[in-house]
Amino acid sequence: MAHYLLIESRDPFESNDVGYYYELAKGLVDAGNGVTLLLVQNGVLAARPSAHSAALSALRRSGVEVLADDFSLRERGISTLADGVAAAPIDIVVDHLEAGHKTLWH
Amino acid sequence: MPKKTLTFALMDAPYESANLTTAFRILDAAARRGHDINVFAYEGAAGLAFARQAPHPNPVHGKNLAEENHPTTKDQVAALLVEAAKNGGKVDWVNCGMCVDERGVNEFVAGTRRGSPADFQAFTDASYNTLVIPTK
Repeated sequence: MAHYLLIESRDPFESNDVGYYYELAKGLVDAGNGVTLLLVQNGVLAARPSAHSAALSALRRSGVEVLADDFSLRERGISTLADGVAAAPIDIVVDHLEAGHKTLWH
Repeated sequence: MPKKTLTFALMDAPYESANLTTAFRILDAAARRGHDINVFAYEGAAGLAFARQAPHPNPVHGKNLAEENHPTTKDQVAALLVEAAKNGGKVDWVNCGMCVDERGVNEFVAGTRRGSPADFQAFTDASYNTLVIPTK
């Protein structure tokens, strides 16, 4: 089983490509891989309870670990997170690189 | 965690993208852990280490140079090299040669060098892991 770290920097309210990236996360976990989705920059806007947060909650239920960069959350004044989303420090990226996980940025 | 060699490719130009803020935070985290770091600065990112960047005051806000405390990416690159060395790591920062020529930014901060995409290939071959941060 491989493990993937998918980093999403885009805002789903601005870019429809974000939905495809969520689908990639779902597809990888359905194929038996470990998947962590890390939201950074405007990507964290989906972590607010909102029209787009249900997709993140569904990813969590499917087995994807969903994290949001704590610095990006603070910059945007987001303190309440949608179900299934947890805040994480940016060091999490180095954790995954150190572990040899395949790390992709979108 | 034993020291590893990690490679990063950056493509965004200075002062234009939040990608670089996040990239420097990741690089700093890796440097604090003592890893050896390779950076291939491609396209607009070739200007990150341009030595003639200068901070500026902000007359609109009534701030002088010191009050504005304007960060420059060349200082961030230099600080990364210092942080890595302090923790037993090293940084090999390569500025894409064609990219710096196109942009006229071929004066680099000390400790960085000119190179080519072939260096990126060599970096990835010799690294434990690689992260590419593309432009949007």
